[in-house]
Amino acid sequence: MIFHGEKMKTQSMSRRYLKQSVFFALVRASALMITLALGGIIAYIVFNGYSVIRWDFITKPPTDSMTKGGIMPAIVGTVYLTVGAIFIALPLGIASAVYLTEYARQGRIVRMIKVGVNCLAGVPSVVFGLFGLGFFVIFLKFGSSILAGSLTLGFLILPTIIGASEEALKSVPQTFREASLSLGVSKWQTIYRIVLPNALPGILTGSILGIGRAAGETAPIMFTAAAFFTAKLPSSIFDEVMALPYHIYVLATAGTNIEATRPIQYGTVLVLVAVVLGIDLIAIIIRGYMRRNKRW
Amino acid sequence: MNRRTKEIIIQYLFFVIASVSVIVLGLIVFSLFREGIPIFGHVSIIDFVLGMEWYPTYDPPSFGIFPLIVGSLVVTLMATVIAVPLGVSVAVYISEIAPQKTKIVLKSIIELLAGLPSVVLGFFGMVIVAPWLQETFDLPTGLNIANASVILAIMAIPTISSIAEDALYAVPQEFKEASYALGATKYETITQVTLPAALSGISTAVMLGMARVIGETMVVLMVAGGAAAIPESIFDSVRPMPASIAAEMGETPYGSLHYHALFAIGMILFFMTLAFNLIADYVSHKFRQTGSATL
Repeated sequence: MIFHGEKMKTQSMSRRYLKQSVFFALVRASALMITLALGGIIAYIVFNGYSVIRWDFITKPPTDSMTKGGIMPAIVGTVYLTVGAIFIALPLGIASAVYLTEYARQGRIVRMIKVGVNCLAGVPSVVFGLFGLGFFVIFLKFGSSILAGSLTLGFLILPTIIGASEEALKSVPQTFREASLSLGVSKWQTIYRIVLPNALPGILTGSILGIGRAAGETAPIMFTAAAFFTAKLPSSIFDEVMALPYHIYVLATAGTNIEATRPIQYGTVLVLVAVVLGIDLIAIIIRGYMRRNKRW
Repeated sequence: MNRRTKEIIIQYLFFVIASVSVIVLGLIVFSLFREGIPIFGHVSIIDFVLGMEWYPTYDPPSFGIFPLIVGSLVVTLMATVIAVPLGVSVAVYISEIAPQKTKIVLKSIIELLAGLPSVVLGFFGMVIVAPWLQETFDLPTGLNIANASVILAIMAIPTISSIAEDALYAVPQEFKEASYALGATKYETITQVTLPAALSGISTAVMLGMARVIGETMVVLMVAGGAAAIPESIFDSVRPMPASIAAEMGETPYGSLHYHALFAIGMILFFMTLAFNLIADYVSHKFRQTGSATL
């Protein structure tokens, strides 16, 4: 560590503290800025969107070429896609994390899997969309469907789930495992009966953040699942669906009358933000509560 | 089946599942190549990457994506320039200065900011930032590089500050104590001891932030303006690569040259972000901070 001692000697104490105050003020200002950015965006959306939110908006389909009516099919579609993504990502993610933390010995293969997970986490969402289109929609012939969209979203959030699960599994004390193993219990039973139950709350809260991401993503479902408009609700997993994020994009950029549908756009944005940030906030609060009441 | 065999089978089962991430990564590459490679029978890779004209729907079409690459790089660099000082400052504030309660609240705020769907931020850029830019600077359109960069910076800040904060947190307490013992102020300790010691982690944070920005789709699709030309000022419109893919894929017939060209753009985008991620991974392992012994 190089320490600029001489430079410092030449500066008076008050000057050095002045520098410190300026620096602290700048750093505080940047923290304030991001707080205001989040607060400003949310306040703006709530302020403009709340007036269109009423029961009919949530429960009725769009009418008059999507210039009037509600957004019910988009809400239903987003729920289907998100639930589908969870069904795919949660079991795979938890099992992957169990392998990485409980079974794997450090070495080339584990390193490869970890790099793979990191790289998967970095794949742009639009590339996931292309992958979903090229592989699920065309190669496996699922067509543009809930199934193809859910698989795409599921693999998109898989790294998040793996990360959250790994962290939760690692936080289970080693002594728990040792105590179980010393009683002659097999490794799998130790994991199944001791490690997983203790890690489960952590795994779930961490995973909720991934779920919020799945609900809000647009690019991965644009070519794999999302429909511009559907009159009916989907009847099977091979149907296309409307989805909240895609509905916002469509209305804001390609709708029949962009200015006239602004209120609907604000309302849809508000619903999406409320759903996604609501999910995230629940996870954050539960996690904070769990950390405070940690038993070990 | 005895207990030992069962345990081994279970272990292999978990190994297979853990490999799914790597397999999916392989399938992504497979799909991109399968659908993207055919375009190179029509134009050479050099002409594709360095070609100046992107007119995929003309007759004859021309597939030069250089303006798209430039568009992506320009918005990524500008967003990084905005996001790095802010993101790192926030990280410094959280890990070194803020009281415990503020710390917890601020970390939650960052997580919520990271959770904002990209389409919402794009929408915000369209209805708030664009009209403001247009009026303030008297521009023909507010959908341009400046707008996209600001919104992308908002997306990159959570990534940068949360990873940078981890890096700062990992700097051993003794370093700071040694610095205080020499009579350094808190500011001098942060800028001359803590930040340099956490530099590799902060570099990783910046790389991952850039990877996130270059691949971000909805924001550039909605607010970058969409002009496939080399920009001359920060108030010009651009058409970054993800925007081109997302905007054009819906209207492209399956199997056409244009369709293959869009997959080829996806290939290039994929390898660019992969490079960012691998560099970040390399930096964080090669220069890993394991304690005072490494410095």
